Amino acid sequence: MSCWTRRGLLLALALGLALLVPMALSLGAAEKTRRSVGNGHGTGVTLRPDDSHGDGHGVNKTKKIFPVLTFDFAHVKIPFEISLWVLLASLMKLGFHLIPRLSSIVPESCLLIVVGLLVGGLMKLVGAAPPELQSDVFFLYLLPPIILDAGYFLPIRPFSENLGTILMFAVVGTLWNSFFIGGLLYAVCQIEGTDLKSIGLLPCFLFGSVISAVDPVAVLAVFEEIHINELLHILVFGESLLNDAVTVVLYHLFEEYSGLGMVTFLDVFLGVICFLVVSLGGVLVGAFYGLLAAFTSRFASHTRVIEPLFVFVYSYMSYLSAEVFHLSGIMALIACGAVMRPYVEANISHKSHTTTKYFLKMWSSVSETLIFIFLGVSTVAGLHSWNWTFVTVTIILCLVARVLGVMGLTFVINKFRIVKLTNKDQFIIAYGGLRGAIAFSLGYLLHPEEFPMRNMFLTTIITVVFFTVFVQGMTIRPLVDLLAVKKKQETKRSINEEIHTQFLDHLLTGIEDICGHYGHHHWKDKLNRFNKKYVKKCLIAGERSKEPQLIAFYHKMEMKQAIELVESGGGVKLPSAVPSTVSMQNIQPKKSNSERALPQISKSREEEIRKILRSNLQKTRQRLRSYNRHTLVGEPDEDGWNDLLLKRQKIMDMDKQISRMSNYLTVPAPPPESPTLSRSRLASDPQHYVPKPTLGNVPIIKVDLASPQSPEYVSVVDEFQKEAVPLKEEDEDAGGLTMKVPLGDPKKEEQEQQDGGKEQQRLMRCLSDPGPGGAEEEDEPFLP
Amino acid sequence: MGSRASTLLREEEIEEIKKETGFSHSQITRLYSRFTSLDKGENGTLSREDFQRIPELAINPLGDRIINAFFPEGEDQVNFRGFMRTLAHFRPIEDNEKNKDPTASEPLNSRNNKLRFAFRLYDLDRDDKISRDELLQVLRMMVGVNISDEQLGSIADRTIQEADQNGDNSISFNEFIKVLEKVDVEQKMSIRFLH
Repeated sequence: MSCWTRRGLLLALALGLALLVPMALSLGAAEKTRRSVGNGHGTGVTLRPDDSHGDGHGVNKTKKIFPVLTFDFAHVKIPFEISLWVLLASLMKLGFHLIPRLSSIVPESCLLIVVGLLVGGLMKLVGAAPPELQSDVFFLYLLPPIILDAGYFLPIRPFSENLGTILMFAVVGTLWNSFFIGGLLYAVCQIEGTDLKSIGLLPCFLFGSVISAVDPVAVLAVFEEIHINELLHILVFGESLLNDAVTVVLYHLFEEYSGLGMVTFLDVFLGVICFLVVSLGGVLVGAFYGLLAAFTSRFASHTRVIEPLFVFVYSYMSYLSAEVFHLSGIMALIACGAVMRPYVEANISHKSHTTTKYFLKMWSSVSETLIFIFLGVSTVAGLHSWNWTFVTVTIILCLVARVLGVMGLTFVINKFRIVKLTNKDQFIIAYGGLRGAIAFSLGYLLHPEEFPMRNMFLTTIITVVFFTVFVQGMTIRPLVDLLAVKKKQETKRSINEEIHTQFLDHLLTGIEDICGHYGHHHWKDKLNRFNKKYVKKCLIAGERSKEPQLIAFYHKMEMKQAIELVESGGGVKLPSAVPSTVSMQNIQPKKSNSERALPQISKSREEEIRKILRSNLQKTRQRLRSYNRHTLVGEPDEDGWNDLLLKRQKIMDMDKQISRMSNYLTVPAPPPESPTLSRSRLASDPQHYVPKPTLGNVPIIKVDLASPQSPEYVSVVDEFQKEAVPLKEEDEDAGGLTMKVPLGDPKKEEQEQQDGGKEQQRLMRCLSDPGPGGAEEEDEPFLP
Repeated sequence: MGSRASTLLREEEIEEIKKETGFSHSQITRLYSRFTSLDKGENGTLSREDFQRIPELAINPLGDRIINAFFPEGEDQVNFRGFMRTLAHFRPIEDNEKNKDPTASEPLNSRNNKLRFAFRLYDLDRDDKISRDELLQVLRMMVGVNISDEQLGSIADRTIQEADQNGDNSISFNEFIKVLEKVDVEQKMSIRFLH
């Protein structure tokens, strides 16, 4: 084991060096070639007319030997560098995880900063100038993916339940921090002995506002690894997101007026108005774009391939639009992601959903890595002016202000909370207030002419960031263990919990109504009803806005279960679209599979039932549509295999059903035969079946199983007309059963097309998709 | 309680209610004014119709059961005392109450009593068990008409299967408690009655 880790380490280092050195060299070479070749026309050195200088190649139209190989770096310089950086970041990330113990002691962010320092140092050694983290690049390209990822997957329920607390921390806490730090710094600066007299009050406040904001990137990076309980996570994280508005306003306010040296009450009043405008405006802009995205996705059923694009582009547009007006771009992004998510997920196909999820995670991950590396590089690259007093006082004040702020606010907040925040919680909240790259970038934006002490500010900011990330980031994990803070529950909720929680929600809403007390439940209920009644109709395509999502989830669970069966049952690979009876018989004798299957059925059923209830009690459910583009053919193995397993399961269930309902059936069917027959029929005919005429009231779920293009479809046809249908109405085919939606298992073996114009609902059973963060995130309704 | 229409709440009654339920003085007076506003017949008690007049309760899927929970066995009227007693279950649990008086009976808003209240909403026939049918009824109320009976039945089956430990195909109170041990009942079943 150890040799692997050492090898991994060496490999990573070797790769890193192998990249860095040529990169540095290439940067240097690029400088030279650019100078010599002129404006980088990039056509090679030969066959140029007279004006080439310095290379002494043929000048006056003398025919040269055709160049087989030329070197022209200049015109790919910028993309090349960017790609190199991204590659470096990703390889470093890979490398860290090859060294197991390291990643459990040191959080990734620290390691990445160290790598950045190394890279910067190397570049300096080589002679090339290491790049600094430009504020533009940071705010326009590196920050949005992270925030979008956070906003899209924001757990709405805990966020809305704790919104008051979060806002208190974000707004009041940040204000307190800024003024406390700024004021005391100014006082310290006035002390004789330090040569800081020149720093005025307003620059101090400006510095205070820059340094006091908790940074979402750093918090995410560190908190993700310690798996702390949901409440604390959402409190700190929510605070880091929402304090952006405060920071923006304070920053602009002080920056505007620090040249003039004084701020009047009118300015302060305008500042307050500005804060409201900035935050609410940001949220509105985000919500607007979110609704647009949801509306657009409603019509995207014919061009599935570009569905993820809408999510990204609309979100980015919302961020940029907010930035145009100096509104809070972060809040716009969060609002956009949170608003669009339930509707978009209901509209887009499963594959687009997976794509969106993975792209978001990928981009945010790369961005985060790049940010930390660049922090390290910028440290080496920047001009520094170190002042012992300033730096140490700042660090101490940051800590003190944070602790005092949290304690004071918690004291007030606890009066209004049902579940109070304990001392341990307060400690973690205070300790989790990490600063990061946003502070650095804001400092970077200062003009050197107006702020002669900018370099000192930058140095201090970097020091504080390093301090919080390294010291607090590294020690928070052992502290969490030491204090026995509650960790995140790993287990998924059982069906019982789900049912009972929903039950309690309704109960509490009722009690609130009786008391005439319009609390949290009341408004949530109202919002849910409004959503169901009006909004979903506009934004979700087709009939899905009205239909419950049960069927989709049943199938999702069956799929999951089928895949679990594969994985547990030894992974027998079967040929894709030929589910022959032979292969089925291969499965049947495997008793171990079936034994293992049964307990697993219950777990997966849990999931499905959980979702069933969620969907029916509130609104949005994940609607999955079939995906018809032939460009994304489902992976044959997986689809075919799941197909088989599902059929097998249905067969098993059907057998049970048949025996139970045999007295109702008018035409008894031989149980072992019908599945086989139907199977073979389905197997042999990959196209749609000609529909059988259905009885009016039988809700039929159709499965288009063997279509090679996609995984199973399920068509829910008669959901709307369904009434309580007695079992007698079951119809039976010679080759299969058309059954109602029975005991929870979709017993569909036959496809039938609705006669006439009734649009078939095709719900695609989704492949279970573990992915980062698990399936939990996918299935959050609007307000669960 | 008096039969006069405009009875003001007497101090002794407030004290008694305070002791029994743990509400504060101001909360009791506020809830009393709510009680009287609901009491259209002005006879000091509430009937089922009074509750049903609350519009939001009509659209609540559990509305009827909640209303029933206020009325003691077989009675059709509930007085203010009973009203408060039921509402006391939803008071937030306060830390300082836990150690106050170990000999006194459990306060109405303890976790156990909250859960028992919820349990009784499921268990209509008061046999201390949630049978499959009772569960089905609740599910049907919560889920609406779009789901078939068989689906609901399978959900109910799964729920019972998960929770049932002694194999009697129904959920007893202890099993109910066990299943909800991970849920933060203190928060989920508490209303912040403003002081």
